[in-house]
Amino acid sequence: MALNSVVIVGAGQGGFQVAASLRQEGYQGNITLIGDEPGLPYQRPPLSKAYLLGKISATALLFRPKDFYTQQNIELVHDQAVAVDRNNRQVRLASGRTVDYDHLVLAMGAHNRPLSVPGAEAQGVFGIKTKADADALAPLVKEARNVVVVGAGFVGLEFAAVAAANGATVHVLELGDRPMARAVSREMSELFRCAHEGWGVHFDFRQGIGHILTEGGKVCGVETVEGKRLLADLVVYGIGVIPNLQLALEAGLDIDNGITVDSTLLTSDPHISSLGDVAAFPCIHNDQKLLRLESVQNAVDQGRAIAARLVGKPAPYTALPWFWTDQGTLKLQIAGLSNGCDSTVVLGAPESNQLSVLCFRQDQLVAVESCNRPGDHMAARKILARPPRLTPAEAAATGFELKVWEAANRD
Amino acid sequence: MPTLTFIEHSGTTHQVNGEVGQSVMQAATFAMLPGIQGDCGGACSCATCHAYVDEAWMERFPPAEGTEVDMLDNVTERRANSRLSCQLVIAEGMDGLLIHLPASQY
Repeated sequence: MALNSVVIVGAGQGGFQVAASLRQEGYQGNITLIGDEPGLPYQRPPLSKAYLLGKISATALLFRPKDFYTQQNIELVHDQAVAVDRNNRQVRLASGRTVDYDHLVLAMGAHNRPLSVPGAEAQGVFGIKTKADADALAPLVKEARNVVVVGAGFVGLEFAAVAAANGATVHVLELGDRPMARAVSREMSELFRCAHEGWGVHFDFRQGIGHILTEGGKVCGVETVEGKRLLADLVVYGIGVIPNLQLALEAGLDIDNGITVDSTLLTSDPHISSLGDVAAFPCIHNDQKLLRLESVQNAVDQGRAIAARLVGKPAPYTALPWFWTDQGTLKLQIAGLSNGCDSTVVLGAPESNQLSVLCFRQDQLVAVESCNRPGDHMAARKILARPPRLTPAEAAATGFELKVWEAANRD
Repeated sequence: MPTLTFIEHSGTTHQVNGEVGQSVMQAATFAMLPGIQGDCGGACSCATCHAYVDEAWMERFPPAEGTEVDMLDNVTERRANSRLSCQLVIAEGMDGLLIHLPASQY
């Protein structure tokens, strides 16, 4: 069947990538890109750091300028998709408009897990997900004197570093016992804890937020579950995200933590694909088990894979996951997935803030976390993408260097 | 508005409009140029915007530092004039800037 109309719901990193890659692949049919935020599609990672610090402009945030969409004949629709009629292959929008599709791509992403404690609706309490969030937050960050960050994940810590750099007193409340516990090894958590403390950030681990204290509708502090009180004129939370599944649920698609897709990113309906934060895909780097990843790399590479399939070049999605976060002067880059890691080998020195942690599972390298050692990260991405696998014994040898091993073990 | 010239590995030439203050990577991706990806959006985190600055233009840019140097260590076919184009900011007087593209970003 000829493909004349591709409709993409969600104009974030993944949805945008599908549209751009379709044109790069030579697809000439209609593309409708539906996004529920105003303005042109933009990148989210700088929102909690470079953009907030004013280091990059709103224009630099854009994936492409306005002309691009006209020149490439991509119809950008500012609306919300409210229903999918799979029998008639039609998407209904909040405005009442309907859009017909030959193929539908669901790229709705995720929304912030809300801070559901008393006082969370007060002025001065923020999550950071959209440009509007960052625009509202930016002027307050400059004035804030006491900042409480809830959650020591990537976004929370990126923001903590920004607030500390602006001279605020920063407290981070975290339910776990270390920073970024879900994402990195103990060794790397420790480096980040020390670095943040050096910038003046205070951590309160194993502490949940009980409620937000307010004065005249504005935040003035927080009280932890244990009753500890902290002053705050600004509270920012980053406690995870929830995939935007409503549309897919109501359409009756298979769901398992995310919209379930096969190895080519096709949902349980052959006319619908899904990708990015909202999709759960069988990951070859996760023993083929379903995995939902929240990352730029995942959205970009999956977007390319879907576009390639739609122009007749299907292939299983096998890209190696990688991640990054920039916090103050630290750049953390992660290649691979460290799930089930049972041993580590450490390269570099934490006191210099240059450290790579090699994560092994059953004597096979599965992930490499690098802080301010980008050369290691680049080598790791090559090593992890293909056999042979590096063993802990090799990595523990005196003078071992990832890039030397990589160069010596190419095909 | 400075015009940039990109020459693909195959020899295909592209003229691209750039803006002062924009990165060479952005000028390339805005123009849908094949061969420059810029997956991380310019955070110097992915090394998918590797390019060769024509020798005649090399000195117009501040030399690579820190993260960029280390990232470049592992790009395919690194040369003396290799740069990550997200770190190259287009300045006044760069009309005619000549950039050569590698065969692959991987």
